[in-house]
Amino acid sequence: MTGLTTTIARKSGYHINLMGLCSAAVILFWAIIALIAPMITPYPVGEIVDWDYFGPSSSAFWLGSDYLGRDVFSRILMGARFTVGISLVAVTLACFIGVTLGMIAAVIGGVFDQVLSRFLDAFNSIPSKLFGLVVVAAVGSSIPVLILTLTAIYAPGSYRFARALAVNINTMDFVTVARARGEGAIYLIWEEILPNILGPVLADFGLRFVFIVLLLSGLSFLGLGVLPPNADWGALVKENISGLPFAAPAVIYPSIAIASLTISVNMMIDNLPKKIRDREN
Amino acid sequence: MNNIIFKLIAQRLGVMIISLVIVSFAVFAATQLLPGDVAEILLGQAATPEAVAALREAMGLNQSALVRYFQWLAGLAQGDFGLSYVTNEPIVDLIAGRLQNTLRLAGITALFSVPLALSLGILAALYQDTRFDRIVSGITVTVISVPEFMVATIAVLIFAVHLKWLPALSYANEITSLGHMLKIFAMPVITLTFVISAQMIRMSRAAVIETLNTPYCEMALLKGASRIRTVMVHALPNALGPIANAVALSVSYLLGGVIIVETIFNYPGIAKLMVDAVATRDLPLIQSCVMIFCFGYLILIMLADIISILANPRLRT
Repeated sequence: MTGLTTTIARKSGYHINLMGLCSAAVILFWAIIALIAPMITPYPVGEIVDWDYFGPSSSAFWLGSDYLGRDVFSRILMGARFTVGISLVAVTLACFIGVTLGMIAAVIGGVFDQVLSRFLDAFNSIPSKLFGLVVVAAVGSSIPVLILTLTAIYAPGSYRFARALAVNINTMDFVTVARARGEGAIYLIWEEILPNILGPVLADFGLRFVFIVLLLSGLSFLGLGVLPPNADWGALVKENISGLPFAAPAVIYPSIAIASLTISVNMMIDNLPKKIRDREN
Repeated sequence: MNNIIFKLIAQRLGVMIISLVIVSFAVFAATQLLPGDVAEILLGQAATPEAVAALREAMGLNQSALVRYFQWLAGLAQGDFGLSYVTNEPIVDLIAGRLQNTLRLAGITALFSVPLALSLGILAALYQDTRFDRIVSGITVTVISVPEFMVATIAVLIFAVHLKWLPALSYANEITSLGHMLKIFAMPVITLTFVISAQMIRMSRAAVIETLNTPYCEMALLKGASRIRTVMVHALPNALGPIANAVALSVSYLLGGVIIVETIFNYPGIAKLMVDAVATRDLPLIQSCVMIFCFGYLILIMLADIISILANPRLRT
């Protein structure tokens, strides 16, 4: 293992430690599961396959059975699709919108920057769970609605972060020089600012991904997120919560799946090479 | 000097009121997105055209949305939250008792978690980079990166299933005795304490460590003061502002936690009322609950701001 780390470190020029590598492996694992889930589920996801409900772990049902006698292992594998997929789309949209607007605001400045910043700050003062709750109450829950809601909740924060970084870069000499050369705003954003804020923005992307996974699971747990017959990990916990007094595996393992993903992302960001993570390079 | 502080506080208050108006507009607008006609949905089977028209008239649905928004806002300002769609009772009556329950839960949680979190946070900073610090930091990162319901499930597994000290899920509406009350509060309070303490420990530890890196703390170290003395006498007074700020911010995290905890433990508070209202699509009730929550949240955020202004003379200019 250490041999591998040093090879990677030598090749990329970054120092990567064991903790970072392990957490990256867990993240990669869930990403692959999300892609190939239907091919590897041992039982059909929606079918009742066990006579027992809240059955224990056994050789036939690795992680036990749920409140109807469905295979928990298969349902967790499929749940990865919803949890990872929805969160990834939402975080990508949120960061794309936030970072783009943030860089534009920093480069253009003036009234545009002022108005946008004030507006998004006010938007940010709505607690995320409440916002999700209101939207779901109003338009009902579906996967596109969830993605758009999560995007709307987390784009302002991303904007704020990217703008603060971009404003700093914007005052650097090389940007002033580029301006003096007569470069346009698009060139400044794409060629001068973006490459210099990319590292911290990627770290922020990871953190925001964790927040979105947590919020999505929370909403699903309240019955306001992914709806049956589909189920993400939060919905799996909700479905099986009545098994909690008997410590049924059906309620424990989906929680562990969420925790393994979110803790790994946090760990990976904490152990990122300093060169990427730091605001100032 | 005092004038400046007063002005700054007034400014924060103004910002809060503006935010509240924006939030109320967003909440009202979101509920207008509801597809279909409210009167028709309410009447259900009995929705003859005449009945629908009469109900629309009675509910004032024929006026423009903007007019209704201002009527609703004026009502809110006077403490009139309107009628519930489902039970037709005044929302004030539905909310009053529930709000009290939630505030009691939040109060008890704060009572436990604030001293616990602050002492752990300061100790972790004091013994920075020792095993103690690493264990505390590891636990806090873990708690922060898992969903609240997982903290609750683990608490149930430990205290109810494994140790059998407490009932797993409480289903009580009436409190009969002190012992009964303790049993009802124990699990929600334990869960919430974990959730908000983690935030508070992290922030207070960071605040103390940040002050430790200042020149005057280095000076204290160089003149031979012990680590404890450096932290307690030199760093802590200057970290008080950021710590108080951290406390106010963490208490605002109670909000997210309270929604999950009240649902999972069937606690008769306002968050449970709100989640149930979402299920029945009782829009006026949801609007009122959300406004109450946002109001509490904004007050805490404003408090955090004001504390940091009072504590840091440099912010006063």
